[in-house]
Order: sequence, then C-alpha cells, then structure tokens
Amino acid sequence: MRAFWKANQLKLAPWLFLAPGIFMFALYVILPVFQSLDISFYAWDGLGEKEYVGLDNYVELMDDEAFYTALQNNIIWLVLYMLAVPAGLFVALFLNQTVRGIRIYKSLFFFPFVISQVVVGLVFSWFYDPTNGLMNVLLNAIGFDSIAVLADERFVTYGIIVAGLWPQTAYCMILYLTGLNSVDPEQIEAGRLDNAKGWRMLWYIILPQLRPATFIAVVVTVIGALRSFDLISIMTSGGPWGSSRVLAYYMYEQAFSEYGFRMGYGAAIAVVLFLIMMVYIAGFLYKMYRDERGH
Amino acid sequence: MKNKNNLFKQSLATLALATLFSSSAFAGKLVINTDTSDPAPKKAFEDVISGFEAENPDVQVTLNLFDHEGYKTSIRNFLTAEAPDLATWYAGNRMLPYVNAGLFEPVDDVWEENGLNKSLASAAASMTIDGKKWGVPYTYYQWGVYYRKDLFAANDIAVPTNWAEFKAAGAKLTAAGITPITIGTKYLWTAAGVFDYLNLRTNGYDFHMALTKGEVSWTDERVVNTMNNWKELVDAGFFLENHAAYSWQEALAPMVQGKAAMYVMGNFAVAPLRDAGLTKDQLGFFQFPEITPGIEMAEDAPTDTLHIPANAKNKVDAKKFLAYLARADVQTQMNETLGQLPINSASVAGDDEFLQAGFKMLSKTSQVAQFFDRDAPAEMAKAGMEGFQEFMVKPERLATILKRLEKVRNRVYK
Repeated sequence: MRAFWKANQLKLAPWLFLAPGIFMFALYVILPVFQSLDISFYAWDGLGEKEYVGLDNYVELMDDEAFYTALQNNIIWLVLYMLAVPAGLFVALFLNQTVRGIRIYKSLFFFPFVISQVVVGLVFSWFYDPTNGLMNVLLNAIGFDSIAVLADERFVTYGIIVAGLWPQTAYCMILYLTGLNSVDPEQIEAGRLDNAKGWRMLWYIILPQLRPATFIAVVVTVIGALRSFDLISIMTSGGPWGSSRVLAYYMYEQAFSEYGFRMGYGAAIAVVLFLIMMVYIAGFLYKMYRDERGH
Repeated sequence: MKNKNNLFKQSLATLALATLFSSSAFAGKLVINTDTSDPAPKKAFEDVISGFEAENPDVQVTLNLFDHEGYKTSIRNFLTAEAPDLATWYAGNRMLPYVNAGLFEPVDDVWEENGLNKSLASAAASMTIDGKKWGVPYTYYQWGVYYRKDLFAANDIAVPTNWAEFKAAGAKLTAAGITPITIGTKYLWTAAGVFDYLNLRTNGYDFHMALTKGEVSWTDERVVNTMNNWKELVDAGFFLENHAAYSWQEALAPMVQGKAAMYVMGNFAVAPLRDAGLTKDQLGFFQFPEITPGIEMAEDAPTDTLHIPANAKNKVDAKKFLAYLARADVQTQMNETLGQLPINSASVAGDDEFLQAGFKMLSKTSQVAQFFDRDAPAEMAKAGMEGFQEFMVKPERLATILKRLEKVRNRVYK
C-alpha cells in the first residue's frame, strides 16, 4: 500500500484534491442533465405515475407557437444584450480619468449591478407605467402618445432587454476599468510617436490590450442573456399573452408555475435550451483549450 | 461508584418518563398549513383555532402560515414529504390532481356523522370526486359588478339588468369620458372572470361546465357567440386602456379616482376600495346582467376548503377539527372576520351590505361555478386566460385564438 502510494503519489495527489469538486459537479450538474433528458421522455405531473411517451414531448414542442416565440426572444436577447459590451467599454473610457472624486462616480456607475435584479425590474416597470411612468410623462411632455411598453407585444421584449442592459453595462464597465489599469503606457507613448490618436489609437493600441477583458465581458454577457429570467418574471410574467417569454421562463412555467406541472414537457424545453447553450459552451471550451496550448 | 450508577439509573428513568410524556403530548398535536397570509384570513383562522383548542384542551394546534402565492407550489412538496394534518385548498377541479395522486384523504365519515350532507349541501357537488367527499368547505364569496353609484347617478344611468341596458350604460359613460369597466389583466385571471360571466349569461351554466370539462369544442358556435358579445364591449371601448400592464390592485385606482365606473370582480375587491376612501354612497354592487333571455342566472362563487392529507399523522383530531369548522356558529363567526359568506345553511351572513347582496343573489340559484381556473384543469385554464387577454387587446385574432385553445383541449383532456 505504502509502496504503491510512494510510486504513484504525484499522479494520485491531483485527483485526490479534485475529488470533492468532481463529486459535487457530477452530483449537481452532470447527473441532473441526464435526469432531465430522462424525464423529457415521460408525461409526468410531478406527483402521480410517470408515463413513458417517447419523443412525444419533442414532437409537441416542434408544433408549439409559444416555443418559437420563446426561442425567437432568446435570440433577440443574445444579440441585443451584446450591446452591454461596447456600452460598458465607452463608460469605462469615459470614467478612466483622474478627476477629483472619480471614485465616487465610478461606484455610482457600478451601482445598478449591485442592486438586485428584482429591484431593477420593479424600477423599470414603474418607469414604463402607461399612466404615471416617467417615460410616458416625458413622451407626453414633448407631444407624443403614451406607449404601454410592457403591455404591447411589439415592444415588450426590447423593453425588458433595456432594463437588463442597465446593470449589465455596469458589469462590463467594471471589467474594462480594471483592464484599462493594465494598459501599457509605453505602448501608448509609442503610438503617439507614430501619430495615432482618437479612434485609431483605441482600435489598434488600446483594444488589443483589452482582449482578456473583452473576452470575459462577452462570456458574462452571453450567460446573462441566457439566464434572463428574473426580469421577465418580475416585469411581465412572460406576458402579454406569452409574448415576452424566453426558453428558461417557458420551461419554468410549464414545469413549476401555478398552472404548469408538466415536468416532461418542461424537461424537453430544458434539453433544447441545454443544446443551444452547448454550442456556445463548446466554442468557449475550444478557445480555452487552444489558448492553454499556446495557439 | 455505586452512587454514580444510581444517578445514572435515575436520570435514565427521568429520560424515559420525559419521552413517555412527550409522546403522549404528541398524540394531541395538530399541524395546519394555510395560505391565509392576508390579515383578515389570518385572524379568522387564529380565532377558529383558539375556539377549537378551548373545546378540546387535549389538542395542541400548530398553524403554519404560507404566503398566498407561494402556497400553490409548496403544497405539492409538503403533501408528499412532510404532510401536515390539515391543509387549505380550493374546491372543484383544482383539487383533482391531489385526489388522483392519492394525496388527499376522503372524509365522507365526517360528512355523515355531522349531518354535513344537509348543512353544507350547496357545496357538496364541488367537493365530490369519484363519489367521495375530499374536504370541508368553510367560505365562499360572490362575483359580480362593483360600480360607482355616484358616477351612475351623475350620468343618469340606472342599474342595468339586461345586455342592451348594459351596453347603453357603457355608451353613456364613454360619452362622459369615463371608462365603463376597469380591469388589470397582467396576471390573466381577471379576464377569466369576465369570460365566465359572458359565457354563463350567453350559453348558461351547463354549457359553461361542459366547456371547462372539455366536452365541447372551443371552436363551437356557442363559444363564438360569447366571444362576439365580448367583442362588442371591446369595440365599444368598455375596458381600461393598457389593461395588460396592470395587476388587479393597480386597476382599482381608476375606479377610486372616478375615471372608471365598474369592476367585474370578486367580493374581496370591496375592502381595498373602501380603504381607498370610497364611501357607502359611492360603491355599489349589481348582478351581472342577463344576456340571453330566459337562461338561469348562474354565478361564480369560488369556495375555499380544508383537507386532510393522506400522509397526515393525526387524522383523528384532524377530523374533529373539520367537524368543528363545519359547524354553523363557527362558520358564522369566521366569515364575519373574513368578510365572506359561510357555506353552512344554518349560519348567518354578516350584515355588511355587499355580503347581504351576495347572499341574496346566491341563494336564488343552485348553479354555482367555482371560477374558470378552478373549473378547468390547470393547463387549459392557463392557455384560456392567455387567449382571453390577447383577445381583449387584439379581438381580430379570435379565430386563431380559438383554434389554439381547441388544440390545447385536445391534448389536455385525453
């Protein structure tokens, strides 16, 4: 035993240290993935007997308008949420100066990310309120009609995304602010000598040095877009008539909400959402792998 | 050493005694889970419990209060995992999943032994599934039209009793710049109240129940008739603008401010309207007017109930409690606090004018619906209410909506 340990200590030790993490990950992440896949083949209300229905849940999903609405909204979220990255960059550039009290301004800009998403959702619901909301008061003041953003199927998803961009921009900003701290002043100096300024300076000198920050900002923003759940739940509950649902919310509604408890169908939606995320996660892992091998 | 041993024995004996004592105390322990998180229901339940404890000193009741909305999901967990001895729920189809899953205990013996078949007869049908009774109802409340008396008077409108008068009243109100009906459909169910009444009045109780039971197609001509009546109201600008952005509480505001005149609602709307300052001379109630002449005027009157979970530990005392809760005097007192109507026929309804109006209205009919989301199974209810909300904003999509509901019906009621 002892001899075996001596001979293989170097090989075994990392695994021993990894074991608790691997165990937790397997139990709480990997296993549920397969359990969801399993449940998606059944019709089950969470209480009674499970009934095996094969691919029926998926067939139904393919013919479900609500599913396509949710899918479309997910894509809109993914695309528009990306605006948080450039917006965060510009706020960071703007705040990256040495003025008296700049730390206070920085923390104020970071504030929306610190408060809970629920509060953000409430604040924006009031902002959009058709009768007393600030937005419509302003619109009326300059002579436009009120827009009931959250009650109109054309605007509702965009309205929620704007609410989501507020904290997400702050998040990206803080990532870029730390990134800007490590920008090499000598390179800027060298750029100046070569007559680079303004946009060219930003594009060719600053941005390349901010690549790690950009990468993290994109990652957290994609995750944020796919997790968009709390804002929808608070601001519209998926309405009006389901037009602001995303897949995560639809899954929750089908599986766990007051009128739901179709565990199989909810699981099928979860599997589809997982596959969509998988495309992105695979790309992310590939990049990590490539970077670690040094290209 | 000897001494120590004695001490040990002694403490062991004490321990044994203590265990014995506590287990005998356990026999009289009764756990009740309720969703009565609002002040009035909370007090009503606490009063019932202290009354019960006074009459049964050997039983000790523990009350677990749940948030009203959260309760709807937690009940599934605690019924299967850590079941209480009693739990509140709703009558009608809403309890079907738990009955089917064997999580509720039939309580026919409580009904038999206490003569409830007679005293609670009005709610017997909505408590029966597969020929068995699954709980005891303790309160219900009427739905109808709450209206601003002063606005009606100022615009020279009498309380409408039929469809033509109702539409005429709305026309007068819109001409005066007042929204006839306030409503907030953000959480969908309020639209179902309007649908219930339009359908009950257009096609009658039997058709409405057949529809919610899934026996009739949603594309049926009679459903279309109901929806066309609704469309008349929508087209005439009856409903509050942007209603999909508001909850039912937010929709109270226009009525309080005098910008809207009517609200199709349950009696629970009275308390907040009074709190907001509407006086006796301003707030009134009338029965939803007749649409198709000659059809019996059925009503929506949701019933709240108490059940024994199948996994309850103390079913003996739980049944005692149900019997106590069903008693006429208990229901009288409880509903006085709740501001609702007692089920027991020997009980007295509170002397509040709206309770009396509701009591009078409901005693005239035996056709009592529970409410759309309690009569129809959950999935159908959800799809239906979403469809109603969409219809109220986009009435031109009627055909698409009904086709979608029909698709859901074919799936839900297999």
